[in-house]
Amino acid sequence: MADVLAVCEVRDGAVRGVSREVVGAAARLAGELGGSTHALLLGPPGVGSGAADLGEIGADRIYVAEDDDFGLYHPEASVRAVAELNGSGAYGAILFPATAQGKDLAPRCAARLDCGLATDATEVEVEKEGLVVTRPLYAGKALARMKFAAAPALVSLRPNVFSPDPRPAAGEIVALEVASEPRRIRVREIEAGERGKLDVAEASVVVSGGRGLQDADHWALLEDLVDALGEGAALGASRAVVDAGWRPHGEQVGQTGKTVAPNLYFAVGISGAIQHLAGMRTANVIVAINKDPEAPIFGVADYGIVGDLFEVLPRLAEEIRAVRAAQ
Amino acid sequence: MNSIVCVKRVPDSATRVRVAPDRLSIDDAGVKYVLNPYDEYAVEEALQRKEAAGEGAVTVLCLGPNGARETLRTALAMGADAAVLLKADGSPDGLTVARALAEEIRGREFDLLLFGKQAIDDDNMQVPAMVAEILELPCVTVVVELVTEGRQAVAKREIEGGHEVVEFALPAVVAVQKGINEPRYPSLKGIMAAKKKPLEEKEIQLADPRVQLVSLSEPPPPKAAEIVGEGAEAVSDLVRKLREEAKVL
Ligand SMILES: Cc1cc2nc3c(=O)[nH]c(=O)nc-3n(C[C@H](O)[C@H](O)[C@H](O)COP(=O)(O)OP(=O)(O)OC[C@H]3O[C@@H](n4cnc5c(N)ncnc54)[C@H](O)[C@@H]3O)c2cc1C
Ligand SMILES: Nc1ncnc2c1ncn2[C@@H]1O[C@H](COP(=O)(O)O)[C@@H](O)[C@H]1O
Repeated sequence: MADVLAVCEVRDGAVRGVSREVVGAAARLAGELGGSTHALLLGPPGVGSGAADLGEIGADRIYVAEDDDFGLYHPEASVRAVAELNGSGAYGAILFPATAQGKDLAPRCAARLDCGLATDATEVEVEKEGLVVTRPLYAGKALARMKFAAAPALVSLRPNVFSPDPRPAAGEIVALEVASEPRRIRVREIEAGERGKLDVAEASVVVSGGRGLQDADHWALLEDLVDALGEGAALGASRAVVDAGWRPHGEQVGQTGKTVAPNLYFAVGISGAIQHLAGMRTANVIVAINKDPEAPIFGVADYGIVGDLFEVLPRLAEEIRAVRAAQ
Repeated sequence: MNSIVCVKRVPDSATRVRVAPDRLSIDDAGVKYVLNPYDEYAVEEALQRKEAAGEGAVTVLCLGPNGARETLRTALAMGADAAVLLKADGSPDGLTVARALAEEIRGREFDLLLFGKQAIDDDNMQVPAMVAEILELPCVTVVVELVTEGRQAVAKREIEGGHEVVEFALPAVVAVQKGINEPRYPSLKGIMAAKKKPLEEKEIQLADPRVQLVSLSEPPPPKAAEIVGEGAEAVSDLVRKLREEAKVL
């Protein structure tokens, strides 16, 4: 019998979608461990009112710490909250999203609780030796199965890999007092990238362009495809085009860029170098468009079109628009 | 400006990774080991700050096997002043490494304790924040810009869709991301000078691991793409397959 804690992420005063993946995974594990599911969120006043629906995906109890100081990421208070809850709850597992924030927070908690942490898990299972986590190493060139010496097992989950199931639970909101001082760092503000633009690491559909695009101006073609794919789609890039200054580093997918696992990935004019594959091979469905039938990207893609991207792209955007409009 | 930079010895990113028969390690044959690429940015950042301040020392610290001497020599050749090797074999988990590093760092004087954002072998992204928590230091990870003025510092860290601007005081832990600077290549003179710089070696005893490897495997080889067709003619078929077969549209 062990409870599981899902540490949620809040941004702009709202619970982020990725938190639902973590709560869903926590609820599944808690079910197998015979315990209950707790969620934790720190945020500005009012954040708790948007959290009740976590009960629909299995949260029995939702701890909410509201404070004006929690409008932006507050690592020290977050660690205190996790440590305090663990002190009273003694969790079997504590789960985080493997986001920028989760990957910063989870190791702090692991050190505070003196517990093991597995980063960026793609599978979490309950087996006879306890919790067993599968995670990629060497940029996805190997997979490791890891077990923990003691509870709680701390695990961060790769975004877009886990999806919550409907699992009605009490969703009881419990106010939590967490001191906002002392603090060692202060997040002053978030400088947003281009307004309203979805990050490539978060998108459920990614359209990535490579050197085959030939010029920064030709990105209008990819932007049009992103637009046709609608909400949830974002641009990605190969390193070649980032190094050329055609696209910002924030869009780079691969070993020295971001790791993405979207539902659908388009590689357009990208050869498929091993370092690029490292960042996208766990995508659900991969589509490659390349004029070279021998391009290695076809070795990992699910579907391919061999041809000139300048001919394929406009037609693709047009047909996808038509299909989506008909739905 | 005094800095300590933690650096790791890792297989080169171009390494073809093969799992060894024990299924607990990778086959070492033909593997070229290098200074973790993100740690090059950390060393560069320390060197630039020392150069700008006109005073200070840069110490590089590594926990690893005997072969990690070469890793430390590379950092010395870039310009670091002194190196410490904590000798340990195997691939201990993040917290075990962090505890050993923190033990060595405790009591040393420094303004910045620099790390790479991630080691490219275990891809853990754990050690910097763990060391900071153990030593009770301010900590900012995935930093792409760092400005210090006296004891005050402001860093920009990469997050989804933007950057967080973070204020803190020195001494502090900073884990750096690509883009913060352009690491220099060791010059011939630097390589020669590195041979005479102090490299202290210590045998250490690692604590019991909190996370253990059950097994390693290679990901299943992907099956080649279904080539739907050639050119714009193939688009209709592709869209239909994406919708009906893959159900992703
Ligand atoms: C340490 C290290 C780290 C790296 N990290 C990364 C990383 O994080 N991400 C990354 O992406 N790369 C990374 N790289 C670089 C990687 O090795 C490749 O150089 C890079 O991915 C190539 O980018 P590309 O596919 O856009 O360009 P290219 O390899 O030049 O491929 C261009 C492709 O476009 C096709 N093409 C050209 N014209 C057309 C057309 N009209 N229509 C259709 N197709 C066309 C060509 O057939 C070709 O396949 C790294 C390299 C190293 C050494
Ligand atoms: N064995 C080690 N010795 C020294 N520094 C390390 C070691 N392992 C990790 N680090 C540092 O911690 C950073 C992040 O590593 P990791 O948490 O393993 O991804 C690396 O970029 C190094 O700066």
